[in-house]
Amino acid sequence: MIGIEHYLTVGAILFVLGVLGIFLNRKNVIVILMAVELILLAVNLNLVAFSAFLNDLAGQVFAMLVLTVAAAEAAIGLAILVIYFRTRGSIAVDDINRMKG
Amino acid sequence: MDFAASFALVLPELVLTGAGLALLLVAAWGGDKAARMVAIAAAAALFAAGILIVPGLHLGTDGPASLAFGGLLKVDSYALFAKALIYLAAIAALVIAPSFFASPAAGTERGMRAEYPVLILFSSVGMGLMVSANDFMSLYLGLELTSLSSYVLAAILRRDTRSGEAGLKYFVLGALASGILLYGISLLYGFTGGTAFEAVRAGLTGQMGTGALFGVIFVLSGLAFKISAVPFHMWTPDVYEGAPTPVTAFFATAPKVAAVGLTARVVFEVFGGQVGAWQQIVMFMALASIVFGALGAIGQENLKRLLAYSSINNIGFILLGLAVANADGASAMLVYLFIYVAMSIGCFAALLMLRDEEGNLYETFTDIRGLSVTRPAIAWALLIFMFSLAGIPPLLGFYAKFVIFQATIEAGLVAFGAIAIAASVIGAFYYIKFVKVMFFDEPVGVVTGKSEASHWTLLFLTAAIVSPLGYLLTPSLTDLADRAAASLFLAV
Repeated sequence: MIGIEHYLTVGAILFVLGVLGIFLNRKNVIVILMAVELILLAVNLNLVAFSAFLNDLAGQVFAMLVLTVAAAEAAIGLAILVIYFRTRGSIAVDDINRMKG
Repeated sequence: MDFAASFALVLPELVLTGAGLALLLVAAWGGDKAARMVAIAAAAALFAAGILIVPGLHLGTDGPASLAFGGLLKVDSYALFAKALIYLAAIAALVIAPSFFASPAAGTERGMRAEYPVLILFSSVGMGLMVSANDFMSLYLGLELTSLSSYVLAAILRRDTRSGEAGLKYFVLGALASGILLYGISLLYGFTGGTAFEAVRAGLTGQMGTGALFGVIFVLSGLAFKISAVPFHMWTPDVYEGAPTPVTAFFATAPKVAAVGLTARVVFEVFGGQVGAWQQIVMFMALASIVFGALGAIGQENLKRLLAYSSINNIGFILLGLAVANADGASAMLVYLFIYVAMSIGCFAALLMLRDEEGNLYETFTDIRGLSVTRPAIAWALLIFMFSLAGIPPLLGFYAKFVIFQATIEAGLVAFGAIAIAASVIGAFYYIKFVKVMFFDEPVGVVTGKSEASHWTLLFLTAAIVSPLGYLLTPSLTDLADRAAASLFLAV
């Protein structure tokens, strides 16, 4: 029987994968965008699992809101990536270093 | 609560949204030629929204009458105080922008883009929602509306590599912060059974379970990213340096007010029953921000980077007021926030005036050597702001730090107050270095250009507020802040 703890474990694994994907990835900014989506999906999985577990609809409504915002976020992220590529001609993470930091 | 009453409560947001959508159409049709007109209309809309909240600010609207849309939003005295500050800062960001974008500093694409005022408007709507959120759904909606507009604002100079890089860095780290915050919200929802602030608060009584504790920590970390508190501050210097200066001025003021306002509401109204759980975290972030903000600024050559560290340092003092965890501390925090906004706007207005005859902007210490000879008025204004930021007595910055320390010590947190005072002495080093470079070094004379009347007006206004004249404001400011802080504790 699959219980709430299994869903939460998968959610936690996805979340950690997403965070590691942002910090360990040295190659490509697109991968960072994918990692961000992974984090948001982990959140959605949590919300929907809790919603079913608690018999409460609020979690599913919240998951729809997160999906909508994630779409807007991806659109803006890609737009910023495009203008960045136009000026620098590269989207490698190691090249994002014009300012020290 | 009927719908008409809810709409009456969110009238300022409706005005801003309507104006934003209409101006977006004007911007799409008129192109960048219409930019100045769009900016004026946007400032007028913000002013109108500000006028709309004045009656509520005077009379104070609290209790059930302040709830809108079935408790999703709570437009109380606290929200109105924060909104007033946000609208003022947004108007300032609109006023200083046109001459910057018209100068060669804006790169190959001269002239303000018509989207700039529209984005400021949408961002202001989001910040209004943030400070009046009473449910994690409206909190997230407001936060994302603000953040998404801010990412675009940071990258608005499309052909400038630094602006693009700032936008990209801000986007990646901001999205990560939103993800962490959301993960915390999902845990809180699961372990308390609701997304409304009252429901989560009711679920967080007694001994907290591990899941709920993780939720609290994730939510606080996500919020700390947005207010750039140590240890989540690493994006701030890069984004402040890379973003166009008017955008940096905006980032340093309005979104900071909104995020701090949101954090205070969440810790008091949601985690209010678990003070022990968050007080240590907030206190650590406060002291770490004060110390790292002071130390990090020391080696900096770029003035915008330096102001970024200065803002981290100031956020530390604001969080110190929050960590006191009572109404006095919250009121001191709001007073500090007002004075911090005035000082920041003044600093950035002065920074925008450092230009030569062609309009090229200068933003390093080397360029302002001997500024008191070439441009005495700017040098003296910067002297007032720097002494005020350092907290030197006759200026208003001293009063801001004084109320924070008073609240800290009255609550018995003497040791923390002492650490903060010691760190603010370190901070005084680089503020006074500013003054030393401007007044005692050999003039280099690159800053020779004329400045816009709008910049002068803003510089004089903020300098007057920060000067000892500002003490005339403090009685009414303290009244408003006290009432706003009290409304945070009504739910307790």
